[in-house]
Amino acid sequence: MKDFFAETRAAILSTMVLAVVCCGVYPLVVYGLGQALFHDKANGSLIVDPNGTVRGSKLLGQNFTDPKYFHPRPSAAGNGYDAANSSGSNLGPTSQKLNDTIKDRIAAYRSENGLNENQPVPADAVTASGSGLDPHISLQNAELQTPRVAKARGLSVEKVQELIRQRTDGRDLGFLGEPGVNVLNLNLALDQVQ
Amino acid sequence: MNPSGWIQFAVYIVALVIITKPMGLYLMQVLDANGRTRLDPVLRPLERGTYRVMGVDPNKEHDWKQYTFAMLLFSLIGCLFTYAILRLQNILPLNPQGLAAVSPDCSFNTATSFTTNTNWQSYVGETTMSYFSQMVGLAFHNFVSAATGIAIAAALVRGIARHSAQTIGNFWVDLVRVTYYLLLPICLVFAVFLVSQGMIQNFKPYTKATLVEPMKVQVEKKSAQGETIKDADGKAVMEEQTVTEQNIVQGPMASQVAIKMLGTNGGGYTNANAAHPFENPTPLSNVLQMLSIFAIGSGLTYYLGRMVKNQKHGWTVWAVMLALFVGGVLLAWHSEAAGNPIHHSLGVAAADGNMEGKEVRFGIFNSALFATITTDASCGAVNSMHDSFTPLGGFVPLFNIELGEVIFGGVGAGLYGILVFVVLAVFIAGLMVGRTPEYLGKKIESYDVKMSMLALLILAIDILAFSAWAIVNKWGTGAMNNSGPHGFSEILYAYSSGTGNNGSAFAGISANTPWLNTTIGFAMLIGRFLMIVPILALAGSLVRKKVTPASAGTFPVHGGTFFILLIGTVLLIGALNFVPALALGPIVEHFLMQGGKLF
Repeated sequence: MKDFFAETRAAILSTMVLAVVCCGVYPLVVYGLGQALFHDKANGSLIVDPNGTVRGSKLLGQNFTDPKYFHPRPSAAGNGYDAANSSGSNLGPTSQKLNDTIKDRIAAYRSENGLNENQPVPADAVTASGSGLDPHISLQNAELQTPRVAKARGLSVEKVQELIRQRTDGRDLGFLGEPGVNVLNLNLALDQVQ
Repeated sequence: MNPSGWIQFAVYIVALVIITKPMGLYLMQVLDANGRTRLDPVLRPLERGTYRVMGVDPNKEHDWKQYTFAMLLFSLIGCLFTYAILRLQNILPLNPQGLAAVSPDCSFNTATSFTTNTNWQSYVGETTMSYFSQMVGLAFHNFVSAATGIAIAAALVRGIARHSAQTIGNFWVDLVRVTYYLLLPICLVFAVFLVSQGMIQNFKPYTKATLVEPMKVQVEKKSAQGETIKDADGKAVMEEQTVTEQNIVQGPMASQVAIKMLGTNGGGYTNANAAHPFENPTPLSNVLQMLSIFAIGSGLTYYLGRMVKNQKHGWTVWAVMLALFVGGVLLAWHSEAAGNPIHHSLGVAAADGNMEGKEVRFGIFNSALFATITTDASCGAVNSMHDSFTPLGGFVPLFNIELGEVIFGGVGAGLYGILVFVVLAVFIAGLMVGRTPEYLGKKIESYDVKMSMLALLILAIDILAFSAWAIVNKWGTGAMNNSGPHGFSEILYAYSSGTGNNGSAFAGISANTPWLNTTIGFAMLIGRFLMIVPILALAGSLVRKKVTPASAGTFPVHGGTFFILLIGTVLLIGALNFVPALALGPIVEHFLMQGGKLF
């Protein structure tokens, strides 16, 4: 019985001490270092325009449907690109619903971008990402959208391609992950072009 | 399966090999009550102070019953601690979004989930949990459930390494030393690195951003009282709304993600977990997160070799894990790269593979690799949605969990899990040659085999019985997001993940219902504690045994023969238990997909 009380006391007190160290001191030290060393990133890599309005985050996608903008991947986060409600579609490979959705997206993608009926469509253009907030599209996807965007803006295809190159995130250290074009950054850059 | 993927795979394996020995040597010091580390000047005073507050004598060791009792008591207190925080969330600080208290069944499920190192999440992180709940209620267990797992593995290894003894260590000392010397310092460095990659760490309310292009959405029409208006058929009336803002999640994420990975907890700060661009911003953060999942599990095999003074045994166990790991990655990668023929026939570029539920920056290979790693270990973080994997791509994570997560495994849990298989392999070898089985000089007797079998049977019974119960009831089938075999896979995955203390999901399942919260909660408790108790009993039995010197007839527990025997034991027991269920889920779905069948 004496042991029981001693061990219970140890369990309660260790919970308190470890909570203070691991859930108080530790996150606050990370907070302090993060804010001091990487202030912008620790606060969400926000994009702020000259008027001081937050326009989004460099890391999070937004929805675009206007032909003059590059279009991101389909999103299953909330009503689409809800950055406080991340989610994938969680539809499986034999899902009728997913099949029908992809079929519609393919038809829309081909008609928007003037592709012929048999041309394969990049997978990322017609599938929802894991987070619903994927900031990137694949290089092929960007390439297929380029003529549409150039035409809608009266820009040369070369100019748009140059902007795509500048807004492409390559592989980390040259070999990790896959390259992608950051859609929000690219569209903001397009809006800057006079 | 492109060259870039092969290069990344090779680099990952080389990095894993490089860290294994240093991690093992460091564990030798951490798991020795009198061990020395370079952090002693800073941490020794903290460690001593902690024992003083707790009233614990660090030099007094526990026998297996005392050790088990202390561990269970500590887990119980921690579970209640988290339950209370979740239920009182609305009145606790650091809740800038004004989130309500978490429901009783979801709080029960979440408290057990984090206590058992599962981190199954039936809630949506960013819309349910306040910063306080995340940082204190949940991250607390990310540390201590990991430390508990490592402590138990150390206790079992001591049981094997010592002979003619009674005690297997002091639970409180193991808990405190692992937390202070191993988890905290690595997490501190890792978390700051993650911030440098773009992960958030702040206490601001969510940020409202003005969208570059306002978005039109269809939403359910609400009456003035806030109720959904329905038409004559009972369907919600939809109306068009223009969304002009994006609400961006904030909070103390980096500190939590570092330990979520290193401690193989896996509970995401956000709903999308490591697929979320904040929670896994770059391919570099991705590869280090994957490496941190295996780091301790891999180092523990080296620790085993050192402790039992048979380093070849440690490396043979490691090699078994590596072989099973590589096999899983290749199958998952191949299946995801091959993609879905049904979607290809619609016009999706076949060369792109299956991108549903995957992020562009990770692509096919890193998604398949992450899915394999997170289920080889009992981590459960995901950087892509397993529910949307191809049938065989989804089979790999499911089967990994059902093998008992012994492929490097959860921190500690992987080692004590594989040691159960080692005991069985030695037993089987003994039966084959007609000798009393011996493991490192100790006779394996009926009690030891019974305890080992108990641990394995609990895994199978817990998963299969709960899945069978759910699948014949409305509360089970009604939670499915997909129909046909894939719906069954969602249920099977949920109870496998819960029992295996993994925490990943075929996440389409609507798990936040009282029935599922309760049943999965119990599956997790059974899968954790009813496994641990027989394992500690095994440790208690082994520690008392005498050692007989090796002779010509001793079966060696290293080298090729043992390697094959151990792989065979793991796969055979896993397959015998679960192939019938798997045949009804991913395996039949694979053939139906090839035939173009939809549900």
